[in-house]
Amino acid sequence: MKHATRRAVGATFSSLTGLAAILIIVMLAVILLDVLQGGVGHVTWQFLTEPPSDGMMGGGIFPALYGTAALTLLMTLAVMPVGVFTAVYLHEYAPPDSRMARWVRVAVVNLAGVPSIVFGLFGLGFFIHFIGGGLDRALGYQELHWAQPGLLWASLTLAVLTLPVVIVSTEEALRAVPLDHRTASLALGATQSQTLMRVVLPGALPGILTGAVLAVSRGAGEVAPILFTGAAYFLPDLPSSLNSQFMHLGYHTYVLATQSPDVEATRPLLYATVLVLLLLTFALNLVAVIIRTRTRRKAANAY
Amino acid sequence: MPLQPPSPRIKMESRELTLRYGTKVAINKVSLAIPERQVMALIGPSGCGKSTFLRALNRMNDLIPSSNHTGTILLDGMSIHERSVDVVDLRRRVGMVFQKSNPFPKSIFENVAYGLRVGGMKNRGELAGRVERSLRNAALWDEVKDRLEDSALGLSGGQQQRLCIARAMAVEPEVLLMDEPASALDPIATAKIEELIHELKSTYTIVIVTHNMQQAARVSDQTAFFYMGELVECGRTEQIFTNPRERRTEDYVTGKFG
Repeated sequence: MKHATRRAVGATFSSLTGLAAILIIVMLAVILLDVLQGGVGHVTWQFLTEPPSDGMMGGGIFPALYGTAALTLLMTLAVMPVGVFTAVYLHEYAPPDSRMARWVRVAVVNLAGVPSIVFGLFGLGFFIHFIGGGLDRALGYQELHWAQPGLLWASLTLAVLTLPVVIVSTEEALRAVPLDHRTASLALGATQSQTLMRVVLPGALPGILTGAVLAVSRGAGEVAPILFTGAAYFLPDLPSSLNSQFMHLGYHTYVLATQSPDVEATRPLLYATVLVLLLLTFALNLVAVIIRTRTRRKAANAY
Repeated sequence: MPLQPPSPRIKMESRELTLRYGTKVAINKVSLAIPERQVMALIGPSGCGKSTFLRALNRMNDLIPSSNHTGTILLDGMSIHERSVDVVDLRRRVGMVFQKSNPFPKSIFENVAYGLRVGGMKNRGELAGRVERSLRNAALWDEVKDRLEDSALGLSGGQQQRLCIARAMAVEPEVLLMDEPASALDPIATAKIEELIHELKSTYTIVIVTHNMQQAARVSDQTAFFYMGELVECGRTEQIFTNPRERRTEDYVTGKFG
């Protein structure tokens, strides 16, 4: 190959990769600009605190905000203990050549790859029909009580979806606790569980919290898993119990975008809803990043 | 018959101790008696098994899954591998200070109180008393008494290592194992640690691993020379350094290899 051709190939290649990188920024910028432009004027206090009105063509998004918050809160309560316990087992208790641990890890990786709509169907089949139906029979309800879509089942479905995030980040956090601290603790006559409770978990706490925030921001934006398990098209009232249906920002966006009789009238509402949803997830991610950098800095100062 | 000085009581003793990592032999048939309230130095080139031997004395090697042993180790005449011996109790009786100072990311007070707390001591006054005594014994009290609630990570390297010694002493062990406790410290901090070891031997039985010949000569009463996983020679420090029985010992202590 001639020198000139080689140079041309090199230049083409480097500009191609650069272009691909720039494309990412451009895409994010376009999305943000568009959403900001269309939505920022409509996100008012009233919009955030009022229910939708006029057949979804007016009013605000309060029930959807409330539903999203309740959903993610319940999801966090469900996913954190299970995820942290699993990670602690994998990293602290399972013997290194454990077949069980290997299978759990394989399951975690594959769980993370399952399409979210499948989780929705799983939730419908497992939580609502199997567990909910079983509960109704056991408790003697004549009509459907637990065997219907509701807040509890939707949050449990989301918890299953976000479980891999929590397990992976908790294991990461446990791995980052220096071996020195464990040996020091054991050499002072602490048992393994005392070492875990007093040294390892406190050391891993920031990483675990980061995992929790990431799980929340992932869960808050998912729509598919809650389609069949609890999200409602429109509800004037807030969910009052664990088996109530609820409105949700993501699902509300979908409804506004596809079900409106008057597209022009709904457009500002749609923009504003998307803006709120985006701000919510960005804010949660930001919290995760802040926790992580602060821990890193602390860890760096320690040595 | 000439009058013999009373020989000191034997605190710990290994008999034909062989320790393997998987199939690799780390120490081979080591029989060594550690007299009470003296300082015994373990010397030898890197990889000779001296640290492994030290870690066997409070069963820290148990944490390495592939390790296994034959032979026995006695503490006050009783095997430490006996089924009735709880490894947690053993480690309270046989404390350890590591090569790299490893304070917890907690306050100075909580670092020293850690072993007491996991042992179930709750009374604040009692804890405070023990913490102060340990810090005084480790010659650290005057430097930290006004900032006990500050993070231990803010201390200098030498202070951190003395804190780790205080932490190990707080649970009042009978034996103190030290794995190159001064190797990461500057000469002044090293001198302080050595001075400390000198004072501690009136209360504790001390086993110290060191790479530093002068240090071994300065601080120890007995010296054991390890080479390639075997105990070559053990005797009074003076004798090991001035009149060793074995050629390999002489070569090592005079710096011909190692």
